Amino acid sequence: MSDEGESAPKKERKPPTKKVPIPEQPPNVRIRNFDEVALGYSAEQALAEAEKCMQCRNPKCISGCPVEVPIKDFINLIREHKFMEAAAKIKETNSLPAICGRVCPQESQCEVSCIYGIRNEPIAIGRLERFVADYARVKGETLPKLPPKIGKKVAIIGSGPAGLTCAGDLINLGYDVTIFEAFHKPGGVLIYGIPEFRLPKEIVTAEVDFLKRLGVEIKYNSVIGKIRTIHELMNEDGYKAVFIGSGAGAPNFMPIKGMSLTTVFSANEFLTRVNLMKGYKFPEYDTPVKIGKKVAVIGGGNVAMDAARTSLRLGASEVNIIYRRSREELPARAEEVHHAEEEGVQFNFLVNPTEVLGDEAGNVIGMQCIRMDLGEPDESGRRRPVPIKNSEFVMDLDTVIVAIGNSPNPIIPHTTPGLDVSRWGTIVINEETGMTSIPGVFAGGDIVTGAATVISAMGQGKNAARGIHAYLSG
Amino acid sequence: MPRSPLAGFSRCIPMYEIVFKQVLNPVTKMLVVRAPDIAKVCKPGQFVMIRVNETGERIPLTIGDFDRKKGEITIVFQEVGKTTKLLGSLEKGDYILDFIGPLGRPSETEKKYGTVVAIGGGCGSAIVYPVARAFKEAGNYLITINGARTMDLLLYRKQMEKISDEFYETTDDGSCGVHGFVTTVLSELIQSNRQIDLVFAVGPAPMMKFVSKTTEAKKIPTIVSLNSIMVDGTGMCGACRVTVGGQMKFACVDGPEFDGHQVDFNELLGRLNAYKTYEAESDKRWASQAGGASK
Repeated sequence: MSDEGESAPKKERKPPTKKVPIPEQPPNVRIRNFDEVALGYSAEQALAEAEKCMQCRNPKCISGCPVEVPIKDFINLIREHKFMEAAAKIKETNSLPAICGRVCPQESQCEVSCIYGIRNEPIAIGRLERFVADYARVKGETLPKLPPKIGKKVAIIGSGPAGLTCAGDLINLGYDVTIFEAFHKPGGVLIYGIPEFRLPKEIVTAEVDFLKRLGVEIKYNSVIGKIRTIHELMNEDGYKAVFIGSGAGAPNFMPIKGMSLTTVFSANEFLTRVNLMKGYKFPEYDTPVKIGKKVAVIGGGNVAMDAARTSLRLGASEVNIIYRRSREELPARAEEVHHAEEEGVQFNFLVNPTEVLGDEAGNVIGMQCIRMDLGEPDESGRRRPVPIKNSEFVMDLDTVIVAIGNSPNPIIPHTTPGLDVSRWGTIVINEETGMTSIPGVFAGGDIVTGAATVISAMGQGKNAARGIHAYLSG
Repeated sequence: MPRSPLAGFSRCIPMYEIVFKQVLNPVTKMLVVRAPDIAKVCKPGQFVMIRVNETGERIPLTIGDFDRKKGEITIVFQEVGKTTKLLGSLEKGDYILDFIGPLGRPSETEKKYGTVVAIGGGCGSAIVYPVARAFKEAGNYLITINGARTMDLLLYRKQMEKISDEFYETTDDGSCGVHGFVTTVLSELIQSNRQIDLVFAVGPAPMMKFVSKTTEAKKIPTIVSLNSIMVDGTGMCGACRVTVGGQMKFACVDGPEFDGHQVDFNELLGRLNAYKTYEAESDKRWASQAGGASK
């Protein structure tokens, strides 16, 4: 298994290699179902991909990972056919590998700094992570040996990526961990937001179940700030520290006319009806989801792609992404955009809605938009879209889904005196420790950063777990 | 793709037991549910979200009453569709799968306003009752107007009468009390130049709309409790958005109570009707499958 490339550098250079392709459901089939699009590597495919890894002495990939996965080591274990050990190696730092392997933007994190990737396509770290996580889950993972209990209770608010990561790290350190979840199922955005075809709910459930087997307790139907406050958790219920990972809960709407029409939906509502409440199985499940024939999704992020692709699967005949900047600025992952295009989603760049038009009953009948041009860069570094005068036009539509981001949910800030929040309503933390303005209360994920990615929330959950451990050890 | 052996993982949730059931009239039922953590902290005017079973939808129900010592919450609901019929088919000893709360902002009942007119329409009377009682206890002069389509549907008649300084009943068909709507009595009170400091109304959206219209000319402060469609009930989905004073509000976190003069009722009515065809389909399916007898 020696790497010939390294031992014979003078030899004529081989042409650049590509990643071993991942099998996928063909687009014309998958738009008729909610099954997962990517099907995952076989053992042979994983071995072939892992074989290319150069096992760099000073690997760069790991520093690109917010949760510090020992990438070089786990890939080496795959090369040695030790798939179970590889999975256990990842779980030393990442509680949710089957999820990360599916939804992380590896192209801008670990894989972007892959040294092999300088000349070739980088090693498919995400696909390999997914392979070993799936392999271990099916085989049945054994629990790692945990240190003796410290005897201190920590409360985690929210069972999304930040909360689960924080919980996983703390239980591995010997704390007693209780997660308070507002919904009836664990996973936060992994359950209500990301669709089944991108992240099967069974995977989320299994990852959470592993944490439960480690001893993490989850209390469902518990809206902290309503049924119990953070001060009560600490002063009456005996929790020594609290981590707030409640997410960016409140959907943003555009300040234009027609936003309250009955067939305008926030992406949150639309996706929650479909994913958490299984609206795509109505009437077997009681929650309906209303979808028309001609749909516009406003926004260009991953959530917009999810909403657009979900609309197609529910039977919409025409789905448009409406994005005010150009293709280059799309915040969604390239892979999601690619999948959406393959499935027939139409992209309307440099277009901004100015009014949603409705009939007497409140149904959408169209949307007036204006064309945009890119001007000078704004504070985000992206070129600012500016409207082109007299370029208004009307799109013929019956459904509008608004996916332009979320604002922080106000319930916890409103019920927690002394908790510092920014002018946007996000919770202010010490970047290093993750601690808020209240001693012993930590926060991370979208409630701190505003809407961001699963993995950045996980990184913050990990950082806060470290902060909590330092705080409670001090 | 590989199927996980852990697929059927268990939920460690305390289920919510029904400890008492009363049929208030042919279409309205009262359930007393054991939910001690909610009962400990809830206040009048707040609501719970419930999901009856695994395939169920989440619906908001305003808390009718609560008993902190016993750890119990009372809900009263009219059977209008599949979910409320399913809920109504449960008996004492049965369980509700999910019961989440207390949500929304509480009513402001501790204040002394002077003369308060509390108006309940249909099932809304059950929600108005504890709030009206609190108004009375805060030292207000309490006038209640209890309305329904017909006499059989009038709720909480004795209880309401007992706590009220003045008590009126109205029925659309004249089978009991004043022949007309709650607004018939309200208009008369206003026209007779009675001092009214606050009107509090809960009932079907059209009733709340007309109550608000009735009090608008004399600018009598009017509070209504909205029954918007919700999915999560915690500010996350925006399904319950409603225009209040020209601004978008979420009934679940900013309400459910709002200044009736500021609410865009036409928009609310449109949004309430958004799922009518789906509701009818579910209802039909329920009737044919179970005849209302399954659980």
